[in-house]
Amino acid sequence: MSEELSNNDNPVPEGLQGQIAITSLDKIYNWSRRSSIWPMMFGLACCAIEMIATAASRYDLARFGMEVLRASPRQADLMIVSGTVTKKMIPIIVRLYNQMPEPKYVLAMGACASGGGPFKEGYNVVSGVDKFVPVDVYIPGCPPTPQALLHGLIKMQEKIDGQSVLEVPWYRSEPIDEIPQPLLGPDLIDPRDIPDFAEKLKAQEERLAAERE
Amino acid sequence: MTDKESPQVEGTTREPDSLEQHFPGILTPDEREGFDGYLVAPDKLTEFATRLRDEFGYDYLSSVTGVDYLPDEVMEVVYHAYRIEGGPALVFKTQVPRADPVVPSLVGVWPGADFQEREAWDLLGIRFTGHPNLRRILMWEGFEGHPLRKDWHEAYFEEDAKPFANRWPEGDVYRIEDKIPFGKNVQYPSEFTPEGWIPEGDEGLYAGLGQISNDGDGSSLKTDQLVVNLGPQHPSTHGVFRMVVTLDGETVTDLKPVMGYLHRNHEKIGERNTYIMNMPYTDRLDYLSSMSNNFGYALAVEKLMDIQPPERAEYIRVIMAELTRIVSHLWAIGFLLNDLGAFFTPALYAINERELILDVFEAVSGSRMMCNYFRFGGLARDLPPGTLQTIRELIFERLPRRVDELDIYLTENEIVRSRCIGVGVLSPEKAVAFSAAGPVLRASGIPYDVRRAEPYGIYDRFDFEVAVRYGGDVYDRYLVRLQEIRESIRIVQQAVDDIPEGEIQTGKPIFQVRVPAGEAYGRVENPKGELGFYVVSNGKPNPWRYHIRAPSFINLTALAEMCKGHKVADVVAILGSIDIILGEVDR
Repeated sequence: MSEELSNNDNPVPEGLQGQIAITSLDKIYNWSRRSSIWPMMFGLACCAIEMIATAASRYDLARFGMEVLRASPRQADLMIVSGTVTKKMIPIIVRLYNQMPEPKYVLAMGACASGGGPFKEGYNVVSGVDKFVPVDVYIPGCPPTPQALLHGLIKMQEKIDGQSVLEVPWYRSEPIDEIPQPLLGPDLIDPRDIPDFAEKLKAQEERLAAERE
Repeated sequence: MTDKESPQVEGTTREPDSLEQHFPGILTPDEREGFDGYLVAPDKLTEFATRLRDEFGYDYLSSVTGVDYLPDEVMEVVYHAYRIEGGPALVFKTQVPRADPVVPSLVGVWPGADFQEREAWDLLGIRFTGHPNLRRILMWEGFEGHPLRKDWHEAYFEEDAKPFANRWPEGDVYRIEDKIPFGKNVQYPSEFTPEGWIPEGDEGLYAGLGQISNDGDGSSLKTDQLVVNLGPQHPSTHGVFRMVVTLDGETVTDLKPVMGYLHRNHEKIGERNTYIMNMPYTDRLDYLSSMSNNFGYALAVEKLMDIQPPERAEYIRVIMAELTRIVSHLWAIGFLLNDLGAFFTPALYAINERELILDVFEAVSGSRMMCNYFRFGGLARDLPPGTLQTIRELIFERLPRRVDELDIYLTENEIVRSRCIGVGVLSPEKAVAFSAAGPVLRASGIPYDVRRAEPYGIYDRFDFEVAVRYGGDVYDRYLVRLQEIRESIRIVQQAVDDIPEGEIQTGKPIFQVRVPAGEAYGRVENPKGELGFYVVSNGKPNPWRYHIRAPSFINLTALAEMCKGHKVADVVAILGSIDIILGEVDR
């Protein structure tokens, strides 16, 4: 461990080697965080089964310090969106994301969570969770194999390793806005669409009228 | 049947022959080309159904669905009823004008029609008069339109049928979201304004919950009614399922399941796809048992096409379907223990064996979970060399020992017994009335198994027993599953011994199959219960109607009945014992 953390610019005096490490704040901070990611216990669809299989003995998620699956978003660092995101479910997913404490990460597992997948054209399907929630890592596959999920999680760790305390949003003085929760109306309503809603609705009417002709 | 052969009802779906004489003026045979069964006038439907149940013994309503015949301006409701002793279905239909489709509800005759009628209302806009709670079930209350109607188009609508012209190599390829003003999968009615929009809350849902009559007359403590939501994000619900429970103290007085959080429009997409395109979608219904989902769909389309797979393919189909059953039941048992509080350790034992079977699936189909292995009239490919040997080792050596191990650890376990025995009891009469299927039905003392009641494929050649228990509680459902694993092992043992060499596909494998006009209902005994595919073809490359009778969905009808009077912690165990898969519940 100390070799991994040590900064070669500041060599440790002989005799103390192996007992202390001189390192940067970023490095020790990222190292400790990426080694203890707690994913949220939150399965959506088929991919959740592979997620459980990844946590089981053959693939053993515990090797990466991620075996502590939390059922409450308040205790989770990572949201694995494992399955098709539907319009009926997205308000709840956004709420869960808002409830997670920072720093928080989102991993879109599988084709559906990444872009709608085989069900993209469906009337109740959101074409990818990134339409509402920022995603850090996308994993292709339908469903991704446990190996693919592990690969995605390792990529996630690499991403955390590259972060700096000075730059990440959650240490700035200004508060981070919550993501506005979508509403269920005649169809899914994204509150961020409301400013130019009338204009778009008019364009939609024109398009439909043109199609009918 | 455990000790006696099931009394078989002879003949076709037109049985009994004399049915028309018993219902003069009510019943007319369905004369359309390729169609079967009877047409019933809507105003006589309740009378007909009641007599059919009481006088003719059709006590089990399997499937209710609607079909939108847009060119004829007709909306049709299709019912499949069975005798619980076994035998083929009696199919009857009622036709109403499409502009104002009103059909009397049959919930009073067969309570199992409840959710299915709500689904038909939600997706097709058929109103069932007399239904106690005709609310949307898969979409949310307030959603615009009834999506399965043929003239209802979603936001991403491109063409009525696949393959879409712009996907061809020389086509003008575009992304549909670039053409939509909103840029995403949404559309709104023309006069809609979102400012100040308040979504419909759950008041309508809560209003339907039973009230506590306890007014503190001195005989007991005065308590408040408490409404608790379990889910949709809750570790006990096996996915995105929600239960609204009313509590008196800690005792459940009423329960309403809320679903649709994973409704991914299987049927709408399926009616746009060509026949073969639907095969991979069936994998994603009950995603723990993709092979047997394939089986059901292949059977339905093969019935329409009137083809038979070759011998070797039939044997491989049975081997795969039974291995799937072992996988699914192992998972169910492992996670039932999870729900009882033994977090993950028992499940690890089950998942360990499951992985070995998944290796077989991966070897034969290329995918662990979504196998997409069956084809109409055969299979996608033959078993790779050595696979049969792997299956042999598993099925003769390893699995029997591992199942015994689970048995030793769990069956006599004090906690399992005290948490499961007498919890969530479903009486045999109720189980039949609520159209429960699979292990839920068989644990209530009804030895009904499609493999025995109406054998499909080559199931009539194998020696196996239908697992049945008589207590109807969580414990018996667990024991039924355990025994079914053993029976499945027996079937696979016989199948790997008898499997012949030969072809695995009748005729050449073709992508664009020719399906004659008509209807077919293919049903299989899935691990969760009876899985049925109702397919209507009009001779085109795409099915006109593609409906799935999902066992997990219909088994939930009985959930409230099982939970009343138990504690909250028991609700979790009862739900675990039904073993739902949300992909199939919501489709």
